[in-house]
Amino acid sequence: MTTVAVKPATMAQALGRALRDALAEDPTVHVMGEDVGALGGVFRVTDGLAKEFGEDRVTDTALAEAGILGTAVGMAMYGLRPVVEMQFDAFAYPAFEQLISHVAKMRNRTRGATPLPITVRVPYGGGIGGVEHHSDSSEAYYMATPGLHVVTPATVADAYGLLRAAIASDDPVVVLEPKRLYWSKDSWNPDEPQAVEPIGRAVVRRRGRSATLITYGPSVPVCLEAAEAARAEGWDLEVVDLRSLVPFDDETVAASVRRTGRAVVVHESGGFGGPGGEIAARVTERCFHHLEAPVLRVAGFDIPYPPPMLERHHLPGVDRILDAVARLQWEAQS
Amino acid sequence: MTVMEQRGAYRPTPPPAWQPRTDPAPLLPDALPHRVLGTAAADRADPDLLRRLYAELVRGRRYNAQATALTKQGRLAVYPSSTGQEACEVAAALVLEERDWLFPSYRDTLSAVARGLDPVQALTLLRGDWHTGYDPNEHRVAPLCTPLATQLPHAVGLAHAARLKGDDVVALALVGDGGTSEGDFHEALNFAAVWRAPVVFLVQNNGFAISVPLAKQTAAPSLAHKAVGYGMPGRLVDGNDAAAVHEVLGEAIAHARAGGGPTLVEAVTYRMEAHTNADDDKRYRADAEVEAWRAHDPIALLERELTERGLLDEDGIRAVREDAEAMAADLRERMNQDPVLDPMDLFAHVYARPTTQLQEQEAQLRAELDAEIRHHEDEPDHRDEPDHRDGPDHRDGPEVNAR
Ligand SMILES: Cc1ncc(C[n+]2csc(CCOP(=O)(O)OP(=O)(O)O)c2C)c(N)n1
Ligand SMILES: [Mg+2]
Repeated sequence: MTTVAVKPATMAQALGRALRDALAEDPTVHVMGEDVGALGGVFRVTDGLAKEFGEDRVTDTALAEAGILGTAVGMAMYGLRPVVEMQFDAFAYPAFEQLISHVAKMRNRTRGATPLPITVRVPYGGGIGGVEHHSDSSEAYYMATPGLHVVTPATVADAYGLLRAAIASDDPVVVLEPKRLYWSKDSWNPDEPQAVEPIGRAVVRRRGRSATLITYGPSVPVCLEAAEAARAEGWDLEVVDLRSLVPFDDETVAASVRRTGRAVVVHESGGFGGPGGEIAARVTERCFHHLEAPVLRVAGFDIPYPPPMLERHHLPGVDRILDAVARLQWEAQS
Repeated sequence: MTVMEQRGAYRPTPPPAWQPRTDPAPLLPDALPHRVLGTAAADRADPDLLRRLYAELVRGRRYNAQATALTKQGRLAVYPSSTGQEACEVAAALVLEERDWLFPSYRDTLSAVARGLDPVQALTLLRGDWHTGYDPNEHRVAPLCTPLATQLPHAVGLAHAARLKGDDVVALALVGDGGTSEGDFHEALNFAAVWRAPVVFLVQNNGFAISVPLAKQTAAPSLAHKAVGYGMPGRLVDGNDAAAVHEVLGEAIAHARAGGGPTLVEAVTYRMEAHTNADDDKRYRADAEVEAWRAHDPIALLERELTERGLLDEDGIRAVREDAEAMAADLRERMNQDPVLDPMDLFAHVYARPTTQLQEQEAQLRAELDAEIRHHEDEPDHRDEPDHRDGPDHRDGPEVNAR
């Protein structure tokens, strides 16, 4: 048996590897989108795939997001498994009618006769200095649409595992890929990729006793950093990485909060009408008598995504997270 | 020195990247809608096909009338009738092979029934017991589609997928004149043309999108002309001439099968009834206009052709009408039975496996239904039951105040 060296890989490479393995294993898998062919996608996630699998399997489409997703619906109706790339979060909006009225509902409206195994990959979130319309956190729209699964990786290994699970799913899955983690590196062995976990399980990234930071995607590394910094204040923070927003892993989240008694939800998306409100409500419903303080939210401001030179003021950072932790009514304990 | 002389050395050449793509001339539609009935072309038409079309037209009109009556009786929530457009509906269904796919719009229940769908199952959307009451794969009829033009890219994708798999399958997609203004119409035609997908688009131009006439919908010379911009042929056909619609669609389908790519067909027809039973068409159109179209009725046109050529006699007509009556009687009888509904179906097909959240909500509804049943059984004890239950997290057990 040969052992392969574990090398650093980026999230973008792991995503590309997931696509490649899926294309190789299942002839019904098709990758389609804008610039996914010769260019390899604007983030190079599909690098080399068109060459390896041909243009019929990895297709540069015309520039029309509703058309891309709409034709993917028809392809799925005929037994294919399309993986659609939306070039950026804000450019997925033209496809919303197809997504909401058809992709999310087709199984339901046909009583299960026409499931749509479609994966929609959406690079999302800010922090990359993108100009207007390149940094939206659009997860709340997807979460509010019954019939869709919504996942978002925070690590290189999860990027591979979640994308494989999404493609294997018989339901439509929106894979939200945190743009600013595309180039994040991890020791990851591409020749022995992680087992594909079923969609819907959160994971405790860091054990702690004082309070739980509930987060996902691009905010996971920020929360881990905050947890390290919090040690100086005497707080031992637990960090839960949701990984899957739909289905939502109430069990893991509630178990953590019951252990720590305090919780802060952290995300880039705006707070008002954002995922944090739903999460805080779910935690409160399940853990009310374990809570020492109200569940707090650290979110992006309720503003259109700011210009790049101002984005650092908008994005939840370590200080803002620690400020929230400080407001968790510690004085009541003494 | 004249300007021309000054420019003597200048020879205009196109920009380096420019080259002609396709010659638009062969893509252009004819000046007038294609007709068969009452013309010399009718002599070439297959008499059996004409008789089949006739029988289906009569059945179709009867179906529309019966469905409209059922709506007035409260058996259907709404019915968008295709009365006056039966030639398009029927020809679209009959022109397809078994293996082909039909993508109907919300007005095209009739085309689905003419393709062989159970007449009651085709109406569940409008009765309201389930959105799509049939398995689309059984007759290869996509769900009746209400968001206008959104079914068109599905037809393109399916046709494209079939071609990738090497299957000889054509998709026929139906859309209204109003639907041609939607972005999905544009995107579907563009994708179809780029991919040379074996798909045919049939626009039923019935003059109106609810109340809005075509003049407010487009400034194009005709809807068929739009095809040229995508690089596909456009065909114009008399939408009340069933033989002509069948012929034009047949040619477009043969073209698609042979690898020639998509065609856009505009059928000029007229919506003889209001948009739906809930509409008042007196607000936006004159009776005289409707009457003018009555003289160009699709059934009368075909009946005259058949009788004048001795292909149909009084007995034949009577037999067709009796068959249509029998269909209507059966539809009436079956639609007058209340559908059996299971509220738990609400959760059955949201995902392949219900999420824990849905399982909780399912349990909640189940409990509500059980309480309803107990209530109906008139057990006073149960009436006073408090209606709050344990915390929703059944898996973890209810939250306990135990610290
Ligand atoms: C996207 C969308 N917008 C609006 C409507 C509401 N609506 C239903 S039918 C209709 C008119 C459709 O006109 P047309 O496409 O000509 O079809 P017809 O009703 O004449 O068959 C409208 C506006 C809809 N169903 N979908
Ligand atoms: Mg119309």
